[in-house]
Amino acid sequence: MTLDHTLQVRINGEHRRVNDGISIAELVREIGFDPARVAVERNLTVVPRSTLAETAVEDGDDYEIVRFVGEAK
Amino acid sequence: MNVQGTVGADTWTVARRTFTSRLIVGTGKYKSLQENAAAVEASGAEIVTVAVRRVNISNPDEPMLTDFIDPKKVTYLPNTAGCFTADDAIRTLRLAREAGGWNLVKLEVLGEAKTLYPDMRETLRATEVLVKEGFEPMVYCVDDPIAAKQLEEAGAVAIMPLGAPIGSGLGIQNRVTIRLIVEGANVPVLVDAGVGTASDAAQAMELGCDGVLMNTAIAEAKDPVTMARAMKAAVEAGRLAYLAGRMQKRRYADPSSPLAGLI
Repeated sequence: MTLDHTLQVRINGEHRRVNDGISIAELVREIGFDPARVAVERNLTVVPRSTLAETAVEDGDDYEIVRFVGEAK
Repeated sequence: MNVQGTVGADTWTVARRTFTSRLIVGTGKYKSLQENAAAVEASGAEIVTVAVRRVNISNPDEPMLTDFIDPKKVTYLPNTAGCFTADDAIRTLRLAREAGGWNLVKLEVLGEAKTLYPDMRETLRATEVLVKEGFEPMVYCVDDPIAAKQLEEAGAVAIMPLGAPIGSGLGIQNRVTIRLIVEGANVPVLVDAGVGTASDAAQAMELGCDGVLMNTAIAEAKDPVTMARAMKAAVEAGRLAYLAGRMQKRRYADPSSPLAGLI
């Protein structure tokens, strides 16, 4: 936490500063994605989609946000 | 036996899910998502493999696979292609389960980049962990009947031996081991990787496999949509030939017309 009430987090390897008090669902929306269409891992643990809206982002969190894409064999 | 009657109801079941199409196709290497969707349609596939990847933060409006291939109509089978350790594969599938909401997944743990051969020690370990966590893994493996049995004992819901290295299009290199795996298995067996053209797919089915998974053979054909149709026909033809039971091979000729009554 810094004096300007923002949190430092990492999303898919990139550093970001977000407002204190937002939920993970809000974080996902803030970067332009629909929480219903992605999966989120926080600090190596999957966060169930049903709890994204009620789980607060914390300073120093490391997120992986993924979706399904085409796959080659 | 009334083969026609049998074939009318010819379905296969994996982890209590029943499918009519025995062709599973990938969703990579296509020129566009439109072409990919058209090829899936032409193949008649009811299952497609998909990868789990990071969202592109710098371009949130990138087109999504789900906009072109409807997950309500086609079963998405999350795959761990690109994972080289059991831990990476497990982590990927935990996310896939959250993204898709189902337990049926495809596990592959690769051993090295050059051959993309599976690392069977890591594959077996990952299978055990995934099964404990409630997953139903269909497992990519070497064409080794012993390894196949070990995977089945660990809880694999389908055995998916390679026909040849991934993306090689070399066709089934060892028909003997594929047949031995089919004979020994109590779960579906699908040839996964190595198919290059329609006859390769037919051959897998003639050996008694329950299905075939392919991507490159369709995606890298000059005309992927037409090749998808060819593969659909080949899988059906091979399956019918297997059910019909082929004639015995002979070393020499045997005339088709009766010899009696010759003038």
